[in-house]
Amino acid sequence: MSGSFNVLIVGIGGQGTILASNILGEACLIEGRHVKGAETHGMAQRGGSVESHIRIDGLFGPLIPPGQADLLISFDLLEALRYSHYVKKGGKMVVNRHLVLPTSVFTQNLPAPTQDEIILALQKHTLCLLDADKMAEEAGSPLSQNVVMLGAASPSIPLKPGSLLDAVKSLVPKKTININVKAFELGREYGGTC
Amino acid sequence: MGRKYLLGNEAIAHACIESGVDFVSGYPGTPSSEVIDVLRVQLDRSYYVEWSVNEKVALENALAAAWCGIRALCTMKHVGLNVAADPLITSAYTGVTAGLVIMSADDPFAHSSQNEQDTRCYAHFARIPCLDPASIQEAHDMIPKAFSLSEEFGLPVLFRPTTRICHSKGDVELSEPVAGLRKGEFHKDPRQYVVIPAHTRILHKKLNEKQSAIRKRLVEHGFNRYTIKGKTAIIASGIGATYVQELLPEGVSFMKIGAYPIDEDWLGVFIKKHEKILVIEELAPEVEEAVRQVAGCVPVLGKKNGYGSYEGELSPPAVADIMEKAGFLKKNPFLQVEPEQNLPSRPPILCAGCLHRGAFYAIKKVFKDAIYPSDIGCYTLGLQLGVVDTTICMGASITVASGISHAGDPRDIVCTIGDSTFLHTGIQGLLNAVYNGANITVVILDNRITAMTGHQPNPNSGMTASGVESPAVSLDAICRSCGVSFVESVNPYDITGMVTVLQEAKKRKGVKVIIAKQMCVISARRAGIKRGSYQVNPEICTGCGTCVRFGCPAIEFADEKARINDLCSGCAVCAQLCPVGAIAREGKK
Repeated sequence: MSGSFNVLIVGIGGQGTILASNILGEACLIEGRHVKGAETHGMAQRGGSVESHIRIDGLFGPLIPPGQADLLISFDLLEALRYSHYVKKGGKMVVNRHLVLPTSVFTQNLPAPTQDEIILALQKHTLCLLDADKMAEEAGSPLSQNVVMLGAASPSIPLKPGSLLDAVKSLVPKKTININVKAFELGREYGGTC
Repeated sequence: MGRKYLLGNEAIAHACIESGVDFVSGYPGTPSSEVIDVLRVQLDRSYYVEWSVNEKVALENALAAAWCGIRALCTMKHVGLNVAADPLITSAYTGVTAGLVIMSADDPFAHSSQNEQDTRCYAHFARIPCLDPASIQEAHDMIPKAFSLSEEFGLPVLFRPTTRICHSKGDVELSEPVAGLRKGEFHKDPRQYVVIPAHTRILHKKLNEKQSAIRKRLVEHGFNRYTIKGKTAIIASGIGATYVQELLPEGVSFMKIGAYPIDEDWLGVFIKKHEKILVIEELAPEVEEAVRQVAGCVPVLGKKNGYGSYEGELSPPAVADIMEKAGFLKKNPFLQVEPEQNLPSRPPILCAGCLHRGAFYAIKKVFKDAIYPSDIGCYTLGLQLGVVDTTICMGASITVASGISHAGDPRDIVCTIGDSTFLHTGIQGLLNAVYNGANITVVILDNRITAMTGHQPNPNSGMTASGVESPAVSLDAICRSCGVSFVESVNPYDITGMVTVLQEAKKRKGVKVIIAKQMCVISARRAGIKRGSYQVNPEICTGCGTCVRFGCPAIEFADEKARINDLCSGCAVCAQLCPVGAIAREGKK
């Protein structure tokens, strides 16, 4: 697909995937590069499975076809597995270890894979697994989880860390800039090791 | 102004400001809502903006503004255009003085809609121009031209972005804002604005006479354009055109359609230069039909002969498939990869602490073997709780309920409708049900906001689109003035109270209305309302599963015990349901 670097960010409605995709878009703008993206709005945001497509240097459509993502960032373990077929051969996954089971599992008593089963299934890809909840706490707020995830993925993203940090600073609420900068750096440090 | 990374709808909103828009109206609907949501929060606003109560009301307001010589924008989703269809068709006869742009956002694949209708067909039907962008930048650039086209031909212009434009993002080149808020002035001209038969026959003729010039101008604007590269060609429109461009092989000609009606002479010249034409477009075969009319003996491949689908949305792999089948690609370059099988799905769900869940629980408890017509809003998710039997369109809960009642089904009928939907098109149904003596119970789920589309205010919210205080309408008084004598308001977090009122309604004949009143839990959180959270005492919990079946995302079940997670908003409904009293507020015994 025409030289774009394709990032798919997935999670559960309400987890802040849209802010993460905005930061990537803003960083592209800072570097004067084209970017295209698509995301989930409307009813699906109510606790449903959500996806944000970002094509860095994208010139055409916003959608990443299955098998064409260079990088998948997942805020939830089960969602990582649900979207794993989007990752291309040799692509990378950066995944939060946290698992939220869909409510239907409890109400309808549906079978669900365990944490270990999911991790095993994900290991056919290059996998960077992290405890984003804990690292966000360490940074100063559980709400900075999305920036931790982005930091952890940043060594694999063809954008300068400075541009990403500037984008973080311009998009998060003013009062939380320090927390989010720390969250990004904690994430990036960890991401560099996996 | 420079380049910004924007959502499609943000870029469209900005383009309206760049066009010096003076008047904005609309009704929220995914994927169109963010245009007005952006316009209504601008601080140094130089235009009037309103959320109207429905799309017909919105369009008639905008039309009147355009008659007064000021530029008007009216936004809605595709199905909203059905509601506004009455003024739409005749507005093409009356015409406009200043620009009127009607944005009707289509939703191929019905990501968040009840159907996949195609707004381009309405433009064809009404005989007005329709602009159909293929990218965010084009959507942005089309808006000023849409206003000038509208003024040049004295006709409303339909602007039809799809979900993949409205909810896509990209780097967009913007221009400087232009101040609007010119003062409108209405010039009386009954032959133009009073469509009695004698006038309308003449107006219809005038409308038809404009068509040929419109077609030519749309080509001159460059919305429809082509490059000739060989003996075969692909013609594509909308987002499909960008997918084709990414895959287009060398030596294949390409025509991009972005505006309707298409000029047949111009189209014919292009087609005659080729030996095979493939048409790729989403939904209705609008382009394909135009192509077939002028193609003569040049073979045309399109959805009418099996190349492409009438439903759903296009994607790069779907377009590659069509191109491969039609012989334009040797092989689909995208791998066929299968998603992981047998994972539990994660559909959207009513929030933890949503008022609707308590109301649905009580309805089901009191009316066990009933029929449950419902409506359009977050509460359509009550389907998962088995309390939504029908949903067609906005306002069709009360009408379907009264229809079933008169059809003679002996079961109880309990319908549910949200406050914004009730004010949109529900009131007429209630009036009709009372007038004609239906036997139904109507539950108005009143959360004081239009929640699903992103929390837009409505006449029930006490605030206008631009944040000005307005008197909150009394739903109780509306229902009573429609002739309903049993109207009770109740807090749906109070299950006992809700059950008692429903039981009372069950005993009575006629139309009964229950207003289940509670703030949307998202609005409550944003307003800083904290109710604490609840916890299950594992020593008391018997693992009976009553709370789990309530279906709240804050309640999980593991090791034969229920557990409450951090999504809990403290509505306390589960504590009322627990048969052994194992659920209590955190910190309390």
